[in-house]
Amino acid sequence: MIDLQGYGPRILEGALVTIELAVLSLLLAIVLGLLTASAKMSRNWILHRIGTLYTTVIRGVPDLVLMLLLFFGGQMGINMVTDWLYDQFGIDIFININEFVAGVVTIALIFGAYMGETFRGAFLAVDSGQIEAGRAYGMSEGLMFRRIRFPQMMRHALPGLSNNWMVLLKTTALVSIIGLTDMVRVAAEASKATHEPFTFLIPVALIYLAIASVSEWIFARLQKHYNVGFGEADEWNN
Amino acid sequence: MAETPLPLEVRNLRKRFGDNEVLKGLSLQAHQGDVITLIGASGSGKSTFLRCMNLLEQPNEGELIVHGEPIRFKETRHGREPADWKQVERIRAKLSMVFQGFNLWAHMTLLENVIEAPIHVLKKPRKEAIEQGRALLDRVGLLERADYYPVQMSGGQQQRGAIARALAMDPEVMLFDEPTSALDPELVGDVLKVMRDLAKEGRTMIVVTHEMAFARDVSSQVIYLHQGLVEEAGPPGEVLNNPRSERLRQFLAPKH
Repeated sequence: MIDLQGYGPRILEGALVTIELAVLSLLLAIVLGLLTASAKMSRNWILHRIGTLYTTVIRGVPDLVLMLLLFFGGQMGINMVTDWLYDQFGIDIFININEFVAGVVTIALIFGAYMGETFRGAFLAVDSGQIEAGRAYGMSEGLMFRRIRFPQMMRHALPGLSNNWMVLLKTTALVSIIGLTDMVRVAAEASKATHEPFTFLIPVALIYLAIASVSEWIFARLQKHYNVGFGEADEWNN
Repeated sequence: MAETPLPLEVRNLRKRFGDNEVLKGLSLQAHQGDVITLIGASGSGKSTFLRCMNLLEQPNEGELIVHGEPIRFKETRHGREPADWKQVERIRAKLSMVFQGFNLWAHMTLLENVIEAPIHVLKKPRKEAIEQGRALLDRVGLLERADYYPVQMSGGQQQRGAIARALAMDPEVMLFDEPTSALDPELVGDVLKVMRDLAKEGRTMIVVTHEMAFARDVSSQVIYLHQGLVEEAGPPGEVLNNPRSERLRQFLAPKH
């Protein structure tokens, strides 16, 4: 067995940070993605422009640059606001950006743009007759979204969603540069201290692989769930 | 006191797509128990007329009065729109539509399709909706298909299921948009039989169709549309057996 030289528990803690970071970012990115898709499909041109600007900027700038910009730039922005509040009103507050929150927000902002494109394509793929039937039966837009659009869109979105998730999972490794102790950072520290990089990097790689495998299984289940009613007729008749 | 209001009244309805005026002032009065069939060549505007009645298309002019309640409109930059979408939703729930392409919700079983709007739009208790839904499926001969998905059923079964879904709303008026046009010939009979039964029990129905035998036997009124105008209208005995218009005579002539 590999001797982790006492770093085992810390790597596991780091793995937990990675998972929490990834899952929370994913949830926020999905919400952002749904909002972006709605904005880009909206008849309102201002919303449309905002959605387009967001996806264009985010997708055109490297993730690492965005993360540094948002983390350091975000802190500077907040400092400017708090300084201004102090000068103007004598309100003395100090807000320090929490690395974890910064990591979640940055990753979610990046992947929200990709999710937006995924969801937009998926919504457009829903047969218009299905929506029309909802309308004809007196459904409100909200009810139709919940009962028809969303469940029917998901089968089109899932392949892209699962792809985005895999990339997102690995993007979390970038947070070590803003000082968050995820498993990559623990492994890097341990490698430096012991001069045995493979001892730590291989377990970390295996943990990523394990998370990815479990995710694939979950996505396969979801795909099956959202495909019900759309498969070939023979599947059920036999 | 005033008599009971008409289930549906349309006054002077006009509809344009761009510069093309497809409905040029159409009116219609549906009394309780009426079966009104709209006939005409493709492009005559009959489906658009029907789709304006539940506002799937927005009429540019004209009035729609459902059970005495006029739909309110307002002028916007995009043209005329309903003033209150909540009112439109409430009214749509009273006019259930049967589509040419069935449009059963693909991700739901047949029974789920039938109980969906009663539960979520009419706020019926689930148990009651299921009971009623099963009774309606039994009525259209599909009870044993209750747990099937639309994709697992033939077109004729899907359309009968769609009629059960429409009936579950206990609608004021049922709108049928070419309900048999997408069906294989051998499946048309079952759907028409269900529709005949509905007519017999006094349902108010407006039917866009090419089935002349159905129009002749079942309708109380036949309206023949040509290029967005009523060319001829009246009881089927007169309109279909003794057309005054030359165009209608040609339309009805057997095609070879």
